[in-house]
Amino acid sequence: MTSLGTESKVQLGLVIDLDTCVGCHACVIACKGWNTENYGTALSDMDAYGEKPSGTFLNRVHSYEVQPDTGAAQTVHFPKSCLHCTDAPCVTVCPTGASYKRAEDGIVLVNEDACMGCGLCAWACPYGARELDKAAGVMKKCTLCVDRIYNENLPEEDREPACVRTCPAGARHFGDLADEDSAVSKLVSERGGMDLMPELGTRPVNKYLPPRPKDTGEEIDILAPLLAPVATEASGFLGWLDRTLEKI
Amino acid sequence: MHPAPSVILFTALSGLGFGMLASLGLGNPDVTGLSAFIFFALAFALTIGGLLASVFHLGNPKNAIKAFSQWRSSWLSREGILSVLALSIMGIYAIGAIFLGVRWHVLGATGAILSVATVFTTSMIYTQLKSIPRWNHWNTPVLFLSLTIAGGALMTGQVRCAIAALIIAGVIQIVTWYMGDRRFAARASTIGTATGLGDIGQVRMFEPPHTGTNYLLSEMVYVVGRKHGQKLRVIALGLMVVLPVILLCLSQDHFTGAIAVISHLIGVFVSRWLFFAQAEHVVGLYYGQR
Ligand code: SF4
Ligand code: SF4
Ligand code: SF4
Repeated sequence: MTSLGTESKVQLGLVIDLDTCVGCHACVIACKGWNTENYGTALSDMDAYGEKPSGTFLNRVHSYEVQPDTGAAQTVHFPKSCLHCTDAPCVTVCPTGASYKRAEDGIVLVNEDACMGCGLCAWACPYGARELDKAAGVMKKCTLCVDRIYNENLPEEDREPACVRTCPAGARHFGDLADEDSAVSKLVSERGGMDLMPELGTRPVNKYLPPRPKDTGEEIDILAPLLAPVATEASGFLGWLDRTLEKI
Repeated sequence: MHPAPSVILFTALSGLGFGMLASLGLGNPDVTGLSAFIFFALAFALTIGGLLASVFHLGNPKNAIKAFSQWRSSWLSREGILSVLALSIMGIYAIGAIFLGVRWHVLGATGAILSVATVFTTSMIYTQLKSIPRWNHWNTPVLFLSLTIAGGALMTGQVRCAIAALIIAGVIQIVTWYMGDRRFAARASTIGTATGLGDIGQVRMFEPPHTGTNYLLSEMVYVVGRKHGQKLRVIALGLMVVLPVILLCLSQDHFTGAIAVISHLIGVFVSRWLFFAQAEHVVGLYYGQR
């Protein structure tokens, strides 16, 4: 059913720290690695070793340069995957019922056995989070690793999305964003977590933590005091030499 | 947006075909027997041809039958259901007119309403998308409906009605272009709101996430040919409206009528190409494009 039912009490999602992300793309690879051999059909590549390689990915890392009014520009790496929106426009447009938002935890999924590959849901998503797989002809998107997070065959520490598990910088956090006391919700309120394109009314569950403000005070050099010249006025022989040379 | 030939064919041909069916359903022209057969055959060929073209757009057509299930929420599903209803009712009406020589007025009127409603649902598939500001406005359905009515009147030889409807459609087309060009800015989505980094300063793409292209870029960040936009608009308007109106005013024989129809159809194709090619999806912002 592609109507959005009542809002679920649990809203699982990601919190991505733009201050910490180093843009290594490890999450992209971990995501593709896990999802190409688990939920649904494989994530195909086209012309993988040829001139124009392309392929299906559920997570991609952009990089931006931000130039403030004053001071130096900063580089921000920006991972982007499905935000599991509360008012998901991709779900309501779907004619076949393949797209749905789970009542129990808010994860937005595609049932590939019902998808006809019309692509309309990808058009409806403002964030480019859905890609139609060229080989399979069905819609692919982030599943929040639904086949990991509840998977009792995996060791406990692996029961989180592959991208979160792999991130070497600890820039990705997973949890219930509807629960005010969860670690992710606290992180969001402490760091001013934000929605992407809030003007479109999708109410994303995933939040982004903005880069922390750069230091603007004077540069502090801890070695400087140790390197300061001890004598300011030369005395003795050197003083005489200095004065004499000055006169010449 | 990528102007896929299948979708252009689908919306243009089915729009024209349903326009014809609506006109025939209302008894314009009041035909029975062989001449009714010719009119209905043409109308059904256009609508069914258009609908078939849309199936070629699907990645996984074997599940197409499921598209009738989500009419409560999905405009695409509603379109599927209404098109089948409209075609069935107009089919029965056509049998009466062709073989029995009778016109069932109530049935014809119902079919006409359903035909126009189908085109409305088609237009709503595009209109509903907030992610594509140019389409997300009432003038999308108004444009589609006005072209359907004008095309239907033209195809069924309702000369005076066609001239008036074509002029109205032309005006709506110009207004739609004018307003559409301003809609992306009015939506206020920028690379700053897309990344949430706009509060810090000017945001610019430093590195794209991939070196090659991908589905998102080829489907939604189609920029080829936009630079010819203004010229193509003039061509579209000339062929779709101006030339047919002039021809219809000059002479009303079958040959002139046929030229007017062909000109109109090509004009609608150009206009529909522009409808897609000039539509900017907000996802382009993530790639520093529009
Ligand atoms: S990010 Fe896109 S695909 Fe994911 S729920 Fe939101 S609209 Fe749908
Ligand atoms: S591509 Fe599949 S999931 Fe997306 S709207 Fe079409 S049928 Fe639904
Ligand atoms: S793995 Fe972590 S640090 Fe690397 S790109 Fe992904 S989010 Fe950023």
